[in-house]
Amino acid sequence: MVPISWYLIWAAALFSIGLFGVLSRKNAVAILMGVELMLNAVNINLVAFWRYLDVRAIAGQAFAVMVFAVAAAEVAVGLALVISVYRRRQTVAADEIDLLKW
Amino acid sequence: MTPDQILFIVTALISTLAAVMVVSRRNMVHAALFLVLTLFGVAVAFVLLEAPFLAVVQVLVYIGAIAILMIFAVMLTRNVTDDSGDPFNKNARVGGLAALFVFSLLVVMFGGWSQFTAYPQAGDTSGSIVQLGVALTAADGYVIAFEVASMLLLGALVGAIFVVWPRQNENE
Repeated sequence: MVPISWYLIWAAALFSIGLFGVLSRKNAVAILMGVELMLNAVNINLVAFWRYLDVRAIAGQAFAVMVFAVAAAEVAVGLALVISVYRRRQTVAADEIDLLKW
Repeated sequence: MTPDQILFIVTALISTLAAVMVVSRRNMVHAALFLVLTLFGVAVAFVLLEAPFLAVVQVLVYIGAIAILMIFAVMLTRNVTDDSGDPFNKNARVGGLAALFVFSLLVVMFGGWSQFTAYPQAGDTSGSIVQLGVALTAADGYVIAFEVASMLLLGALVGAIFVVWPRQNENE
């Protein structure tokens, strides 16, 4: 079997790659993809902790289901905002969406 | 090396490389397809962790809905300047350093944990789907969180439709 450290390090790597995408991509859709990577890394950790620590306590899987629901809500609203901004300003570059910046 | 260790290493390598491609590809359609590959790797990890229900939900919700929604958004917001020029903003170097810092911090903190190299508990996981279903609907379980999540999803979808609804004064 695989020790839990492998899952934790892999999930940390996925989380950091997602963080890099969120911090440094120009395209707003790419930023949302980075957020998806981070949420998936968290899900791996939740399920790994459930499997390795106590299989009778189902909390890890239950919280993973919550993360699925929140991710779906986040991506629906996020993409709606991106499409709405694109209609008005013909851009999806995050640094050109600066109407609230002064 | 046991077979499941080899399977884990192959899965982790493929999906980590695909994640790197997601954040570095200039072509957004390619990035979305690599995102699908990464999400599939996570689904394989759920199978290895003996959580088959979550693996199925991962394929249905993430690959079937979220990734397709991403591809639709990419196609609806295509820009002529998208495929040329720098895909990164001017903070890319700081962002890379921050990501490296977070990664090393996580590894150091997990490394200090007493059960860092623990192996799975011997236990029967075959009933975990029933357990999960009971826990999500039982009054002493997570029923309130479950209902709040469903209301959040409903509100988010109605809000998303409202945000993209075409208006009369669109191009004023």
